[in-house]
Amino acid sequence: MNAAHSVATDLRTTTRQERGRGMTAALTAATARRVLTQLRHDKRTIALVILLPCVLIGLIAWMFDGTPVLDQFGPLLVGLFPMMVMFLVTSVATLRERISGTLERLMTLPIGRGDVVVGYALAFAVLATVQALVIVGFAVWVCGMDVAGPIGLVVLVAVLDAVLGCALGLGASALARTEFQAVQLMPLVLFPQLITCGILMPRDEMPTVLEWLSRVLPLTYALDAMQQLAAGGAWADVRGDVGVIAAFIVGALLVGSATLRRRTP
Amino acid sequence: MGNSAIEVAGLRVVRGGTRVVESLDLTVPAGQVVGLLGPSGSGKTTLMRAIVGAQIVDGGTVTVLGLPAGSAPLRRRIGYVTQSPSVYGDLTVTENLRYAAAILGVDADGIRRALTEVDLVEHADQSIGTLSGGERSRVSLAIALLGRPDLLVLDEPTVGLDPVLRRDLWNLFHRLARSGVSLLVSSHVMDEAARCDRLILLRGGAVLSDSTLDELLARTGAPDAEGAFLALVDEAVARDAAKGAVA
Repeated sequence: MNAAHSVATDLRTTTRQERGRGMTAALTAATARRVLTQLRHDKRTIALVILLPCVLIGLIAWMFDGTPVLDQFGPLLVGLFPMMVMFLVTSVATLRERISGTLERLMTLPIGRGDVVVGYALAFAVLATVQALVIVGFAVWVCGMDVAGPIGLVVLVAVLDAVLGCALGLGASALARTEFQAVQLMPLVLFPQLITCGILMPRDEMPTVLEWLSRVLPLTYALDAMQQLAAGGAWADVRGDVGVIAAFIVGALLVGSATLRRRTP
Repeated sequence: MGNSAIEVAGLRVVRGGTRVVESLDLTVPAGQVVGLLGPSGSGKTTLMRAIVGAQIVDGGTVTVLGLPAGSAPLRRRIGYVTQSPSVYGDLTVTENLRYAAAILGVDADGIRRALTEVDLVEHADQSIGTLSGGERSRVSLAIALLGRPDLLVLDEPTVGLDPVLRRDLWNLFHRLARSGVSLLVSSHVMDEAARCDRLILLRGGAVLSDSTLDELLARTGAPDAEGAFLALVDEAVARDAAKGAVA
């Protein structure tokens, strides 16, 4: 009876895996668990990921002590720093898997490409959530950041921004063959978006082409949401941005699993 | 599918603009330990990658267990060990196996059985980073054994192992073959030839010889596999030179 049961289970998983790009909740979760276990063994990385954004926010709070700068720009930075950190960590982690040979064997096993990519994203989303909670808490309670909008939404957007960083890092890592290249992807992907997202110059004053460009780049929405919240915006003001960020996360993950190849040259 | 585990016909692989494998034909019988020998750069790894479906090929057919190489149902029937151990260095031995076990639907008993087979039970909770090179490659082998595959493709699984461990692993390979598993094992150490049921010698991406060791020795008159290989290489070089002279 036991054997019959396991054969039935086997057949079920086999048919679902036949398509290759398919996903199963169990295998996605197994991948997420494995990546989280790897992270847990690397305490120094966890400490850096969580403390680094706090140090940066702390420096700014100290420098502009007594001015409203932190209240205005704090939410922006709370969204931006984790995104950058998570982009770097994710792109290097996936590159390491690509070049160490573990991915090559993984791709010969009955696991969907989506399981690998979404499993990675989920694991890093857990880290990103902890990071966002810590940095918002630090900014509000330690540095005295006073956000006009609801703080819960600041946390939500910060988490989404960090997860967007993960998803973009996952997608971009396909372009890199070496660690040197992977590290350059962060400025390559994020800096042009930073320049055109409306922090340096209001978007309606930009040259038309750049303004159009800024509309199709995710950071514009990620940071617009934070600016809205800093200015006292509520859910109705940011839900459009939140939707666009979520769509970009999904899109980047689709690109990530599409560029994962079972066969390589 | 007959009695062959692997059938390769006219395989052609181009990597980085150079032809690594040129119209290679090969049959690996089922239930035997078949050695794939040849100097480094002879195409052993490329051929194995083509068999497990990890290599982009430019021509020819590769049939594995009756199915086209790389097809989805084969993914739970082939165990593959890459040349450098594909294990996560920041996980423990058991954590590494647990991930593969989740993918293959193997339980904790299966993990323990695989660890016993490669003699790593006492290292189960050690981090990969603290293991020796030989221990790491045995972890990689244990992962390949997890799903009780019908075919094992092992790329230099005994590199860096001491003679005792090497003997134990070859005994394991033969035990598996007796239970019906087909094995293709590559090595660049010629003295491992004596342990294989059949030998395939590769040179420059082509099959130089495919026979049992006895047949090979009888044909070349050499005392051992290494001598036979050198004799065949000399023969091939002379043939190439003659062809060049005619042209």
